[in-house]
Amino acid sequence: MTATTEPPRAGFRLSLLIRDTRYRAITIQVLALAVTAAVLYWLGWNTTRNLAAMGKQIDFSFIWGRAGYDISQTLIPYTADSTHARAALVGVLNTLLVSALAIVLATVIGVFVGVLRLSNNWLVARLMTVYVEVFRNVPLLLWILLIGAIVIGAAPEPRAFRDGTASMILGSTVAVSNRGIFIPAPVIGPGAGWLALVVVLSIAAALLWRWRARRILYTSGRMVPVLWPALALLVLPGLAVWAGFTLAEGEPLAFDVPAIAETGIPRFVGGMQLRGSLLALWLALSLYTASHIAENVRGGILAISRGQTEAAHALGLRSGRTMQLVILPQALRVIVPPLISQYLNIIKNSSLGLAVGYMDLRSTLGGITINQTGRELEGMLLLGLFYLVISLIISGGMNLYNNHVRLRER
Amino acid sequence: MTEPATGFVRTEMLDPLAPPERAGGPLVWLRANLFSSWLNAILTVISLYVVWRVLATVVPWAANGIWDATSLSNCREIRDELYGPGVPGACWAVIHDRWRQLLFGFYPKALYWRPILALAIFVVTVLPFLVPALPRRLMWMAPVAPFAIFWLLWGGSVWTPVLAMAGLAVIWGVWSSVGDRHGAFAGWVAGIVALVVIFLPVGRAFDAVLGTGETWLDALFPLAGNIGALLERALPASIQSVITREFGGFELSFIIGVAGIILSLPLGILLALGRQSHLLVVRVLSVSFIEIIRGVPLIVWLFTASLLLNYFLPPGTNFDLMLRVIIMVTIFAGAYLAEVIRGGLAALPKGQYEAADALGLDYWKSMRLIILPQALKISIPGIVNTFIAMFKDTTLVMFVGLLDPLGLSNSIRADQSWNGIYWELFLFIGALFFVVCFGMSRYSMYLEHRLARDRR
Repeated sequence: MTATTEPPRAGFRLSLLIRDTRYRAITIQVLALAVTAAVLYWLGWNTTRNLAAMGKQIDFSFIWGRAGYDISQTLIPYTADSTHARAALVGVLNTLLVSALAIVLATVIGVFVGVLRLSNNWLVARLMTVYVEVFRNVPLLLWILLIGAIVIGAAPEPRAFRDGTASMILGSTVAVSNRGIFIPAPVIGPGAGWLALVVVLSIAAALLWRWRARRILYTSGRMVPVLWPALALLVLPGLAVWAGFTLAEGEPLAFDVPAIAETGIPRFVGGMQLRGSLLALWLALSLYTASHIAENVRGGILAISRGQTEAAHALGLRSGRTMQLVILPQALRVIVPPLISQYLNIIKNSSLGLAVGYMDLRSTLGGITINQTGRELEGMLLLGLFYLVISLIISGGMNLYNNHVRLRER
Repeated sequence: MTEPATGFVRTEMLDPLAPPERAGGPLVWLRANLFSSWLNAILTVISLYVVWRVLATVVPWAANGIWDATSLSNCREIRDELYGPGVPGACWAVIHDRWRQLLFGFYPKALYWRPILALAIFVVTVLPFLVPALPRRLMWMAPVAPFAIFWLLWGGSVWTPVLAMAGLAVIWGVWSSVGDRHGAFAGWVAGIVALVVIFLPVGRAFDAVLGTGETWLDALFPLAGNIGALLERALPASIQSVITREFGGFELSFIIGVAGIILSLPLGILLALGRQSHLLVVRVLSVSFIEIIRGVPLIVWLFTASLLLNYFLPPGTNFDLMLRVIIMVTIFAGAYLAEVIRGGLAALPKGQYEAADALGLDYWKSMRLIILPQALKISIPGIVNTFIAMFKDTTLVMFVGLLDPLGLSNSIRADQSWNGIYWELFLFIGALFFVVCFGMSRYSMYLEHRLARDRR
């Protein structure tokens, strides 16, 4: 009898595939890949069978066909004779327009509310809390429908402006009617090019002044005033050019104020029309998202420990400078990533404009085009790709930013 | 030595002095909180003006409300008669007239007790999970409740849910017995194999023989569905069935929302674990799934579910729109949850992972016992925010033709008698959503506070 035990043999048994962690990793991955491939294959196979049964093929050439429908709001020339591709482009531009407008307004309101929610004024802080909670806890779609109903349904007809039952607001420059909101439109006059050039140059000069002031401060420690000289640089040259042209040839930049037509069908002439659908979607998106942004801003400021403020005060910085030089740069690191996700949400949520008839990409390519051509599969694919590409680009940019501002620890 | 004579010792206590006038009282509070500086004083005055304006508009409007009228114009006539022309007054009659629809959709009136009872069962089932003071024993309802609730809501034969439950019990039995003996991974494989092998072919065979009707439950669990059909013939026990088209109103939102919440959490956890996995293939698959789902708006996914699903499934498959929506919402919320939970997983110190390995726990045990309890605790605010967002997003189902409260509000406003009404309707619907969402967010704050044991 031998007392020695057999040394474990390195032989491979099938059960090792499950029991041995080294092989199991491979088993799991192969299995996962196989299952995914099988599911995808199954879906693709079903799709080809279904398409064949319907006598269809996957074919994207429909986007070069005549669209044949009108779009109420077009940023580029478009008629019913344009192609579906152009209709889609109009939709893309409308999506981007309302998203950009909403991003600006939501950021302004959000930052404002977020900071005021931390105010030491009891009443103001409470009011902002009410705003945030009300808008955060009620679906966006309800806000869109409600504001749409107010703007489109409840505003007076143009007729009411003629017979005097309704009147224009803001010094008779803006008309709120159920045909949309009419605002003054800028009109370019003689010398507008010069004016634009001067404005650009004065912005550059103001920035240069700020840079110089900062350099003097850092090299010699002497404080150079920034605000008033920069403001003067910004405003005075432009004002001078505007006044010069106005006296000599006529206003370089005037405003065409809308007015109700004196005769014929009551309608507004002149000015710029903001459609009710755009307005409803814009306001609803902004107010709703602002409540989320406000929470991000508040969280970001609260995340900076009190010691930072106290340390800045101990260094002799005043409150404003403490905020500007110590708190904000740190808080931004916390605020910006969720802020960008909110921007992304705005872009994606703009597809809800469908509820008020806003003609974004979802309504042109993903709506009317699909209904007219019966190309659901291709249309939805293009639609999905558009949103996917936008969101991947923005998340990519956000990752770059995150790496840029990351705390560099030793 | 004699003690030095003590000059003065007080023998009785003096009454405490009143605090200085500037240290307390309402005036000081006002000064500190409302008028601490010029800017604050101005802000306070503006705020007071805003509050006054809002209240002065809303309170008389709401108080003058008419509760009993047949149409909006009728409402206005009554109002003019009561308060004189032009006085603002709400027309709550629309709520009085349509509240049943807004809450229950077109669910048969005689059967309202069923969703209400289902809601009661739901509340009793989840309460022990939410309130730690309640006895743990109450949790036994959890495995049974979903089936009972399903049966109450949709009706039909009692055998369908009973057998579906039995089927799941078999899978669970296979999973746990194989898992105990051969490791968790083998358990998963065996469970899935049991699901596929036992249920699909046998169920399909039954389908062919019996020619029984395809409800969506049959499609998922054909065997249970078919034995159920046999049992139903032998031993009928069914209640009136309600089809999906009759569901609507807040009931519909609540069902989709709750189902999505309960189903998306496990999906989100699995996706998050997949994204953190050391296995390249698993990681890549999880990341692409999450990014694709998150990159496209929910409304596009819902349209995909309603328009395109027929392309991707075998010809002739036709399953319930509501189930499709629930699946889509679940997947969507799952992808968002995965990102939230990933944050929690990443925030755990590496030592926790290493300690779990050092204890000799396998992957699933270390996740279940060490990692996830801590990671989920960190992610609670994000998880609840995702739930709230998903609950609000259930309103998007109106675009695919399900009648949620907002979809119904559109049809009510299109109705001749209520054309032109909006504040009253939207206030009512908004209040319904607000109560649920606000409740969830407050509960998450309470939970966060209760679980913060390390920071007490």
